[in-house]
Amino acid sequence: MARAVSTRRTAAFTIAAWIVALIIFFPILYTIITSFKSETEAIQGFSLIPSGTVESYVEVQTQKDYFKPFMNSVILSVGSTLLALLISVPAAWSMAFSPTKKTKDVLMWMLSTKMMPAVAVLVPIYLIFRDFGLLDSRLGLTFMLTMINLPIVIWMLYTYFREIPGEILEAARMDGASLWGEIIYVLTPMAVPGIASTMLLNIILAWNEAFWTIRLTTTNAAPLTAFIASFSSPQGLFWAKLSAASTLAIAPILIMGWFSQKQLVRGLTFGAVK
Amino acid sequence: MNLKTFLLGTCSAVVIAGFAQAETLTIATVNNGDMVRMQGLTDDFTKANPDIQLEWVTLEENVLRERVTTDIATKGGQYDVLTIGTYEVPIWAKQGWLLPLDNLGADYDVDDLLPAIRSGLTADGKLYAAPFYGESSFIMYRKDLMEKAGLTMPDAPTWEFIGEAARKMTDRTADISGICLRGKAGWGENMAFLTATSNAFGARWFDENWKPQFDQPEWKNTLDMYVKLMNDAGPQGASSNGFNENLALFQQGKCGMWIDATVAASFVTNPKDSTVADKVGFALAPDTGLGKRGNWLWAWSLGIPAGTQKAEAAQKFVSWATSKHYLDLVAEKEGWANVPPGTRSSLYANPEYQKAAPFAKMTLDSINAADPTKPTVKPVPYVGVQFVAIPEFQGIGTTVGQLFSAALAGQMSVDDALAQAQQVTTREMTRGGYIK
Repeated sequence: MARAVSTRRTAAFTIAAWIVALIIFFPILYTIITSFKSETEAIQGFSLIPSGTVESYVEVQTQKDYFKPFMNSVILSVGSTLLALLISVPAAWSMAFSPTKKTKDVLMWMLSTKMMPAVAVLVPIYLIFRDFGLLDSRLGLTFMLTMINLPIVIWMLYTYFREIPGEILEAARMDGASLWGEIIYVLTPMAVPGIASTMLLNIILAWNEAFWTIRLTTTNAAPLTAFIASFSSPQGLFWAKLSAASTLAIAPILIMGWFSQKQLVRGLTFGAVK
Repeated sequence: MNLKTFLLGTCSAVVIAGFAQAETLTIATVNNGDMVRMQGLTDDFTKANPDIQLEWVTLEENVLRERVTTDIATKGGQYDVLTIGTYEVPIWAKQGWLLPLDNLGADYDVDDLLPAIRSGLTADGKLYAAPFYGESSFIMYRKDLMEKAGLTMPDAPTWEFIGEAARKMTDRTADISGICLRGKAGWGENMAFLTATSNAFGARWFDENWKPQFDQPEWKNTLDMYVKLMNDAGPQGASSNGFNENLALFQQGKCGMWIDATVAASFVTNPKDSTVADKVGFALAPDTGLGKRGNWLWAWSLGIPAGTQKAEAAQKFVSWATSKHYLDLVAEKEGWANVPPGTRSSLYANPEYQKAAPFAKMTLDSINAADPTKPTVKPVPYVGVQFVAIPEFQGIGTTVGQLFSAALAGQMSVDDALAQAQQVTTREMTRGGYIK
């Protein structure tokens, strides 16, 4: 009897989970559906069955080149993620394994920078970029995205590293491992899943970042966020085209997320249950 | 060839290519049909000017405004040509942010520009931006529904007639609203419509001493009429409808009348997108007999920021894009109906254009009926028909727009909305130093 109840409960939870997932995914799904409609169909109210036309995709491609912003998105998100990891792995390591009295404060301070509205520092950042000749450059934007996501990366890695028992590192030390040996041969293999999920999440965050990537670029470094923004119009209905542009922009990250969901979930839930 | 020779060769080639490279103009623009069309026709320009290349940055109107303002105020120098509206031109020209357009070429024919549009882009007698396309607002209505209601739309109706017609045309069972008007909050959304409409009721934003006028009866009459009419004959959820939402409703045959930008005429009469393409009539924006009509004036124009290093090339481009030659080029490639409207008198004298665009005469009459320097019945200290050309207006206009949108949604009374609008505007104008 108890078993039957639990099966029923499991089934109920599964259905609930599917419903929630569908609600969350629905806007993306509807965007994809709309992208396969004609402009007239797109404005004619709610419908889940598109005519299957690809005219919007053709028009988007003729109006704007997709490849350049796509490459910029790849370079910016991967570049900023690698740079962020390079800085945050040692930072998180030191805070996790040799904490000081102020470690918690430092962590909180880092997080607090995320609480400030970005627009508040738009003008100073813009001036710095202008003076260093970084406006519309991939280098400048990579650096900017690194800085934006650094607090989250450090926090994630810190939480992850904290789960690794310090005794293992001590044992390695007892066996004569050097500091680098300890990091490379003991810590890294244990932390690889955590680093991987942090990396994936950071790539997604950098890929989707739309405030700075639109405001600090014009043509050379403009990524896919600027590509989508260029199809938004206050006068005239271009819903199908806008949906096609959005689908093209999110497709790579959606596919990447799909294939790496195991690592992502594992990384995000690690340490949630002790 | 050893590696050293190869590298040296490559470097020299890159350096030479760098020197030989054409001058590149970066043009900031909005994603409107006419602008997109221009991007497709630039071969004509680059063929005639092989030393100039064009790069486009297309953004949504508000993002573009913010981007361009930041860049121009910090002298970032990211853009060489800007797409700006009639709101920005007087303000930016005063700030010294724009270069005067004094070298547009001998055959440009500045005098051919429509006087109303030209005056909106001129400051201290100098033209600071060249109009790419201009628009006013007018009534688009369903001829079949009007006939069914037993009424005939005059060329120049009054608000009284519009109210009566809207109520008669409304058919809730068939999901048809007699009238669709902007309700979405924003200085360029509901406030563009309401400010223009208030002119017809004799209202004004400020008196000659910059004192806000929302406590005057003219504004109450405007807002009372608007809220009541929309409640009786407007679509559901009208407080979140802007241009695009109303366009969709009208194209689906769900509106009897729609008062909005003249540029919408080509959309609603295009059988490819509109289900009512052959049933649309046009009339001037309504009045109340006080001598002013509720039609606005707007022109998307091309200006050159003061910080550009490529002023000469930029001026060449602006001249090309806003010339008579460009209108002919569009007509030749895409037909007369697709020519950017509202900038040149010669276009409206062209019989081929008149034939292709049945709304041409009404558009011209609407543009000519608007006067940005004398927008309303009483004198005002500002320029602008559907806006007030001061830097503070974007903020104030949007806040007041939110209050009026709330009144439309029934979240507050008209009196409360007006009282709060008066309070907010007075506070901001005092802060801005207009009221001592």
